[in-house]
Amino acid sequence: MISYIIKRAMQSVVVLLAVGLVAFGMFRFVGDPIDNMLGQERTDADVERLRELLGLNDPFIVQYWDFLTGAIQGDMGVSFRQGRPALDIILERLPATLELATVSAVFAMVMGILLGIYTAINRKGFVTTTILTTSLIGVSLPTFLIGILLIYIFAVELGWLPSFGRGDVVDFGWWTTGLTSWGGIKSLILPAITLGLYQMTLIMRLVRSEMSEILRQDYIRFARARGLTEKTINFRHAVKNTLIPVITVAGLQIGSIIAFSIITETVFQWPGVGLLFIDSVQFVDIPVMASYLMLISVMFVGINFIVDMLYLAIDPRLRDGKEG
Amino acid sequence: MLKKISMSTMAILLASTSFAAAETVNWARAGDSLTMDPHAQNEGSTHTLAHQIYEPLLIRDMTGKIVPALATEWGPSKDNPNVWSFKLREGVKFHDGADFDSEDVVFSFERAMTPDSDMKELLSSIKAVRTNGKYGFEIETKGPNPIMPSNLTNLFILDKGWAEANKTVKVQDFEGGEETFASRNANGTGPYVLVSRAPDSKTELKAFDNYWGKGEFPLHITKINYTPIKNAATRVAALLSGEVDFVQDVPVQDLSRVDSDPKLKVIKAPQNRVIFLGLNQGDADLSTDNVEGKNPFADVRVRKAMRMAINRDAIMKVVMRGQSIPAGVAMPPFVNGWTKELDMVPAADIAAAKAMMAEAGYGDGFSATLHCPNDRYINDEAICQAVVGMFAQIGITVNLDAKPKAQHFPQITNLTTDFYMLGWGVPTYDSEYIFNFLVHTKGDKRGSWNASRFSNADIDAKIVSLASETDLDKRNATIADIWKTVQDEVLYLPIHHQVLNWGMAEKIDTVVDPEDQAKFKYFKLK
Repeated sequence: MISYIIKRAMQSVVVLLAVGLVAFGMFRFVGDPIDNMLGQERTDADVERLRELLGLNDPFIVQYWDFLTGAIQGDMGVSFRQGRPALDIILERLPATLELATVSAVFAMVMGILLGIYTAINRKGFVTTTILTTSLIGVSLPTFLIGILLIYIFAVELGWLPSFGRGDVVDFGWWTTGLTSWGGIKSLILPAITLGLYQMTLIMRLVRSEMSEILRQDYIRFARARGLTEKTINFRHAVKNTLIPVITVAGLQIGSIIAFSIITETVFQWPGVGLLFIDSVQFVDIPVMASYLMLISVMFVGINFIVDMLYLAIDPRLRDGKEG
Repeated sequence: MLKKISMSTMAILLASTSFAAAETVNWARAGDSLTMDPHAQNEGSTHTLAHQIYEPLLIRDMTGKIVPALATEWGPSKDNPNVWSFKLREGVKFHDGADFDSEDVVFSFERAMTPDSDMKELLSSIKAVRTNGKYGFEIETKGPNPIMPSNLTNLFILDKGWAEANKTVKVQDFEGGEETFASRNANGTGPYVLVSRAPDSKTELKAFDNYWGKGEFPLHITKINYTPIKNAATRVAALLSGEVDFVQDVPVQDLSRVDSDPKLKVIKAPQNRVIFLGLNQGDADLSTDNVEGKNPFADVRVRKAMRMAINRDAIMKVVMRGQSIPAGVAMPPFVNGWTKELDMVPAADIAAAKAMMAEAGYGDGFSATLHCPNDRYINDEAICQAVVGMFAQIGITVNLDAKPKAQHFPQITNLTTDFYMLGWGVPTYDSEYIFNFLVHTKGDKRGSWNASRFSNADIDAKIVSLASETDLDKRNATIADIWKTVQDEVLYLPIHHQVLNWGMAEKIDTVVDPEDQAKFKYFKLK
């Protein structure tokens, strides 16, 4: 069992190193950072001096090694764009992304489950058809278009909600939140819907099909025969059994919510890590890009590692050390 | 009924809030300032924000004219043409209350001349700077520099005491791994004080109570909220919904939408930026064409034919929706040396161009690759697509290779392109600046953006002579002379001058700055 854990941990480290290597191999195709760093008036001598200073003349393996040795000591390099430590910038931006991702995940879960249950119980009818048809929009339209449409309707035409930014933000030093003020909450609504719409549709359709399946099961029929009310049957027996696969899928979707946030953040000028990443790609800000990719891969690898450990706890066969 | 009441209450509420906040301007553009350190980046958006907080000795007003800022008088000294002397403004305070004097100016110049500074190229002709009393300042140059003032309009002055107290004497660099104090904080003499700043998110400025220019400038705006909004559609939406009052970059396809809104207006002016194509005319053979052993661009007849093949009016009407000024010379119209004759747009004449191609021995045409940016200039990729079609008419098959600017521009500086698009702005408003970077033979000191491989020792000597020629008439004659060669040799294929489109609330009254530098002290509110 210990060997299993160690093996998994080693695999995670290898995955991280591989991600970093691929990322560094790709940076050379993103462009030349010098071009953005020096103004129009630079001379060729300036270019050469800065290139040497930043180690951009080294082979990418050497650059990657320098990054790794720095990263182990907690130094992720200095942003080419802002001239500040890359890690500081990312940590400063992370709360905005996590807040947006959490709110949209909650929105997707709650709305998805509620609408899924409703459409499963009322299989026909105008409301159900409308929900199902509009939910198709959620899966088929690209995120940026949904964002622009929502901005057009709710910000430009109706003027109810802000079209960009985070509104009023309270800073606790280590965390920033927009949830404490009405302005901040208002700013969160459109981006959260845009980001969560796809996941909401997915969960809704999953709940609907699962629950339709379950409502046909024998034990539901027996429950009905026992004379239980429809409410008890639906919510005490059916829903509970529906939710097991839903939770598995929803867990997997959290990662993609954070990944999708790049587009949503760009459309709404949401000051999170996704927008930071796009800005960094355009500027060829290698330290920030590398730190962001490492952070995201640490997160994904971490989630996978925890899932593996949970399997270990659940599945006794893995505990004998004969997992193969 | 209830709904009606609440709607009208809301309207009243909205009206009253906009009245109370009448002196606040919410300002947006695509990119944020990169740093608050005024010597760390020589870049447009960074300078624009710095201009509200810091001040140079001399400044260009919103029409591009040089006017006094921290210096009241200046000129070359009578007995020594290598010395420029400046009389500094008295009674000026920094935002933290410190007094401004010549020590601060010497400090700031010396700071801007260090290797980490991005402003050092503009000061490369300076040998030494020194004080001349509390309110006197002198610059000694290596040779006479007749256009010194135009190099100083973005050179901001810091307080020496503040920089020393906050250990920010050095310009922000990328070696130390630590940010300098000046990259996040600011203490200038300018009309606005930095209140708070979250990079890429929001910067708040408020009027400086002890500003020396009170009474001299309108200073109607008392509070500025600056938000970069990257996505063009969102930026326009924010302007239409009234969340933003002033947008510096309205995309051309949305101009009529903004202008048709009764609460908004769009004002336009030619920008100090010209867009053109460069050709590798120096190499014996090209790597991107299909002609073996020869370089078709080396033949001036081919270049002339290509100049004739570009239909600049069509590009202006179709691609730019009227928002450009067709150009005949690779020089913005504000620049010393510009004449109407030089900027005469060559008529598109396909028949004549074809005849010239045949005369040059390329009657059957050839193929070449055009490199283009796709995120730098207004509709850059679309312009390239249009010229590809135009060159096809004279038999030149152009393969278009459009890339983001971070990949496009290194091709120009590393000489890995034979045919490329480039745009050029001239912050000094003088032809010498264009010649230094685009015409002089590429070398360590000059010609860093000249990928045409054009090299002419005679022209190089003339360009170098401009730097120290104090007889302005003689200097202008040399400039005209160089331009004649550039035009005769078809060094570049000019396309157009860009037009700036500023969208703003009806209440704002300003003109468009040709360098896209909004200076809010000049803004009036109705």
